[in-house]
Amino acid sequence: MDKQTKGVLFDPLFNNNPIALQVLGICSALAVTTKLETALVMSIALTVVTAFSNLAISLIRNYIPNSIRIIVQLTVIASLVIVTDQVLKAFVFEVSKQLSVFVGLIITNCIVMGRAEAYAMANKPGMSFLDGIGNGLGYSMVLLGIGFFRELFGSGKLFGVEILATTNDGGWYFSNGLMLMPPSAFFLIGIIIWILRTAKPAQIEKE
Amino acid sequence: MARDSTGYTVGFAALVCVICGIGVAGAAVSLAPRQAENKVLDQQKQVLLVAGLLKPDQAATPDEIKALFDKNIRPELIDLKTGTPAKGVEIKGFDQRRAQKDPATSTKAPDNAAKVFRLPNNALVYHVLKDGKTDMLILPIEGYGLWSVLYGYLALDDDATTVKGITFYQHAETPGLGGEVDNPKWKAGWAGRKIYDDKGKVALSVIKGQAGPAQSAPHRVDGLSGATITSNGVTNTIQFWFGPSGFGPYLKHFLKSQGRS
Repeated sequence: MDKQTKGVLFDPLFNNNPIALQVLGICSALAVTTKLETALVMSIALTVVTAFSNLAISLIRNYIPNSIRIIVQLTVIASLVIVTDQVLKAFVFEVSKQLSVFVGLIITNCIVMGRAEAYAMANKPGMSFLDGIGNGLGYSMVLLGIGFFRELFGSGKLFGVEILATTNDGGWYFSNGLMLMPPSAFFLIGIIIWILRTAKPAQIEKE
Repeated sequence: MARDSTGYTVGFAALVCVICGIGVAGAAVSLAPRQAENKVLDQQKQVLLVAGLLKPDQAATPDEIKALFDKNIRPELIDLKTGTPAKGVEIKGFDQRRAQKDPATSTKAPDNAAKVFRLPNNALVYHVLKDGKTDMLILPIEGYGLWSVLYGYLALDDDATTVKGITFYQHAETPGLGGEVDNPKWKAGWAGRKIYDDKGKVALSVIKGQAGPAQSAPHRVDGLSGATITSNGVTNTIQFWFGPSGFGPYLKHFLKSQGRS
């Protein structure tokens, strides 16, 4: 793997994280992270959609009329999201029930369109595909991190397996109700951004 | 033709739409049978869960669920208003939620606190069989909590008043507060409570605080702490569905058919 490929694939993890640096896709990060399982499925769904929408748009980038390029991007993304939703309903019904509207809302997730517009419109299909995967991974990393803390401290479980016995089930751990509410994800994202920018001062915005 | 001419733009847009349309339609059509199967299976699983024939953490294959369901459960389609078996409606493929939305197969519900707006003409109930006789009845219920409609099943003993179990299979209440309707401990507290009082009125309600054992407080269920509105919603749901507009007539009919009037 040459240096450029590596950069496209792994830069979005720490150096150019879609959630932490570009601050995109926050709403779904709040909504689906109460449990690791839903966070994982959402991450996979978003990664797949971003990768394939980038690929499709990059393939036709030289033919898209400039005046309707955003609409074309959205049409492609929306189709991919609907197909993803159908596949989830057919193969992981339980999880798709919990994700409910949020899979459909991938359409409005700024990461997907942001990457289509910023990267796929100007780069070759192969690279665009990798860029989609990379950004999907960056999103997944943050989502799973938040999901880990929210599920562990909110309900004492990880992937539904009991780690800390909560008082509700007769254990000792008094669960933190705030962790189950959306604001806790805000705090966690804030902390992640803080840590990331302390480690990489170049990410701090200039005054 | 230039890339930004009107003709090219319109043509390109049409082409994109057709291709995307084919993709979406293809996926929807080819996956539909599998999705329908999942839906039926999920419903059967919920019924088995509330009947206690399946443990919540028990992993069961689709075939096992089907076998268990066919062996122990007899679905019955009833006329909700009269409580008698439904006439002229096929039980196979009957979808109560869809029937409820369709004006042709539903009526406007009387005003109620559970915020049920329409009542289906027919309802799907389940008999849990033991030695060929009805041992338990499973009735679908729904009502509004704080954020969402809670959909669930309630299992009744064959005396048509003693609760055997309850489950809500779909809701969007706050996790950890109203979402505790899913807590197995809370659900276990329902067993043995009675829906009706001596005069045949719906008396069961979710109270604030602890209700105590079923023998001393047959008409009360523990409240969910921090979730008063969800708790009230569950009470309203019970009040409505076991009243005269809900399953009241059916349960009377059922008792009569069992020779217990």
